[in-house]
Amino acid sequence: MKKSLVSINDFTKEEILRIMEITADFEKNPNQPILEGKIIASLFFEPSTRTRLSFESAINRLGARVIGFSDTSNTSATKGESFNDTICTISNYCDMIIMRHFMEGAARYASQISSVPVVNAGDGANQHPSQTLLDLYSIIKTQGSLNNINIMMVGDLKYGRAVHSLIQALSHFGAKFTFVAPKELELPNEYKISLNEQGLNYVETYDIMEYINDVDIIYMTRVQKERFSDLMEYEKVKDEYILTNNMLSNTKDNLKILHPLPRVNEISIDVDSNPKAYYFQQTKNGMFTRMAIISYLLGVK
Amino acid sequence: MQEKISFLEVSAIEKGTVIDHIPSHNLFSVMKILGVRYMENRITFGSNLISKKIGLKAMIKISDIEIPKSEYSKIIPFAPLAHISYICGNKVTMKDILEVPDHIEGSVKCGNPVCVTNIENLNTSFVVIDKVNLSLKCSYCEKITQYDKFKPKY
Repeated sequence: MKKSLVSINDFTKEEILRIMEITADFEKNPNQPILEGKIIASLFFEPSTRTRLSFESAINRLGARVIGFSDTSNTSATKGESFNDTICTISNYCDMIIMRHFMEGAARYASQISSVPVVNAGDGANQHPSQTLLDLYSIIKTQGSLNNINIMMVGDLKYGRAVHSLIQALSHFGAKFTFVAPKELELPNEYKISLNEQGLNYVETYDIMEYINDVDIIYMTRVQKERFSDLMEYEKVKDEYILTNNMLSNTKDNLKILHPLPRVNEISIDVDSNPKAYYFQQTKNGMFTRMAIISYLLGVK
Repeated sequence: MQEKISFLEVSAIEKGTVIDHIPSHNLFSVMKILGVRYMENRITFGSNLISKKIGLKAMIKISDIEIPKSEYSKIIPFAPLAHISYICGNKVTMKDILEVPDHIEGSVKCGNPVCVTNIENLNTSFVVIDKVNLSLKCSYCEKITQYDKFKPKY
């Protein structure tokens, strides 16, 4: 029975914890060629650097080979081939498909068509579950556990898919949330309703400093100009959601700052040298997490 | 009394199906889903009739046809309180009151323009997350479409 990873909700709490264990094992021994002889397709219908290279290096470290494309300009999609036909064909050539697409729900559709497991590496603004799992791994690694984490999420909470999936995943573990966003980019109601239903605590504020000294994790995201319907509003708030080193002086010792990257200016460069900055180690964790996802879905771990 | 007058506003049929209590603004969506433009049966309908239940209602009467129950789930998003009656020999032989199911397949378009179901040749599939106010969560893009934004898929 093939198992795909399309949405973070496809994994139970137990499966998430299992991925964490396997990831820790790969971090200890990164070169385990347990997938020798396998072929994995890496299909990027939309450009990406970090995610694609991270997946492809994970595949190589596992000893499997990669086929695929990093943009669609030299594929049959330009001849008008349907998505259905592309996936049907490629699933005959490989043991797993890793894909990114601008259509939301594309990976779910592919997982229904494909004869091999599908890993969603991002479908528009919808889901990006390997990002969520690497975020969770970064939390467990720096905090020792996923239980009862006090996490502050800052920036674009309305459109940020990384934020939405992380909220869903952390809901399994009794987290306490602090949401910091400009009015136009507040967390959508559906997520607040779901937290209420699960009896989880959250607070909302416009001010980063209000709860900064209480939290274990700061999850920063970018406030993008193009998300604002009112550009006056953007001009007003654009400098209020920037994290600088002097804001961290009274924060908890165990605090770590995460960011899904790419960063523009929402974390000031002077934070990079602070030991609480964790976003670059986070990307390294991403490679181990992806090794874990691939080997778990292929049933070798 | 008014119910009776409005009933007579769409003349009775001897044999066939009557769909009543359709919200007026969704009459043409329901007709589209039923494919009435391709039918050769005698069809009569009325809209903006007064209903005690839903304000203004519409109804459709199609002669010599029985709408299979499998079609109900397609009609429900657009007429969640509809009554479907089968008529034979001028008498109501069976009456069904629609019930909102847990899943809705096909019929409704996903409100998210970049959803795969709006780009590829693919049926929609939703989980009903609110049966009272009818809100649907797309099984593909995971976005929610609310009742007032429902449009027929084909």
